[in-house]
Amino acid sequence: MQWGSVAEFFSMGGYGLYVWPSFGVAALCMGGEILAVWRRHAAALASHDES
Amino acid sequence: MSATGINWFKYSSPQALYPLAGRMIPWFAAVAVGLIAVGLYVGFFVAPTDVTQGDAYRIIFVHVPAAWMSMFLYVIMAIWAGIGLGLNARPSFMMAQAIAPTGAMFTFLALFTGSMWGKPTWGAWWVWDARLTSELILLFQYIGIILLRSSIDDLRRADRASAVLALVGVINVPIIYFSVRWWNTLHQGASVTITAAPTMAGSMVTAMLIMMAGFWMYSFAVTLARMRCVIVERERQPSWGKPASIPDVAEAR
Repeated sequence: MQWGSVAEFFSMGGYGLYVWPSFGVAALCMGGEILAVWRRHAAALASHDES
Repeated sequence: MSATGINWFKYSSPQALYPLAGRMIPWFAAVAVGLIAVGLYVGFFVAPTDVTQGDAYRIIFVHVPAAWMSMFLYVIMAIWAGIGLGLNARPSFMMAQAIAPTGAMFTFLALFTGSMWGKPTWGAWWVWDARLTSELILLFQYIGIILLRSSIDDLRRADRASAVLALVGVINVPIIYFSVRWWNTLHQGASVTITAAPTMAGSMVTAMLIMMAGFWMYSFAVTLARMRCVIVERERQPSWGKPASIPDVAEAR
C-alpha cells in the first residue's frame, strides 16, 4: 500500500478534487437508480391493487 | 438477459418472468456489491500510482466500466428491440424499455467521470473530440428513446417506435468504439483490447475488470427490477384485458 496516512489517501496525490467526485457521483447515480426503481415498483403495486 | 443462460422462451410470459426476476435480483445484487467492494479495494490500495498521471488515473476504475456498460447496454437494448420487432414479442420490448434508463445513467457517468479526468490531464473539462462527441450523442439517443416511448400513449406503437429508434441508433456504438482509431482524438486509445496485451500494470487491469464485472451484475439486478415494475405497470393497462394477479402469483410461488 502506498498511502502513508489517511490524509494522504484522501488527497489522492493532489487529485482528490477530481477522483472523489467521480466515485461520489457514481455512487449517487447508482444508489439513486436503485431507490427510483424501488419506489416505482411500490407505486406500481399500490395502483395495481387499487384497480 | 441472454447472458444468464436461461431459456427465455420457457419464461417468456410476463407472469412467469416476474417471480423469476424476483428470485434472481438478490443474487445479482449481492455479487455486484462484493465485486465492486473488491474492485475498489484493489483499485485504491493495491494498484500503484501511475508514473505519468499520478493518482488522477484512478478515475479509470469507474470511467471505463461505465463507458463500456453504456455501449454494452445499448447493444443489448437494441437486440431486445430487434427481437421484439421480429417476433412481435411483448416481453422483448419490455426488456428494452427496462434497460434504457440504466444505459442512460451509465452514459452520463462515463461523460461526467471523463470530464473529471480530462480537467487535470488535458486541462479542459470538455473538448469536441470524436470519442466525447459520439458518447454525448449516445446519451441523447437514450434520452430520445425514453422520451419517444413516453410520448406515445398506445403501448404497441410506443414499443415499436422506440424499438426502431433503438435499432437505427446502434450504428453509433461502433463509431464510439473505433473513434479513437478513425480520428486523431485527444482521448487515449483502448487500454485493454482482446487482440493486444494491456498497456497498464496488472493490478490496474485487475481492478478495472473487477469493477466492470460488478457493473454488469448491477445492471442485471437493476434492469430486472425495472422489468418487474414494467410488468406490473402494463398489467393494469386496459388493453391487457382483465388485470391478472401477478403479485398473487408471485406470492404463491
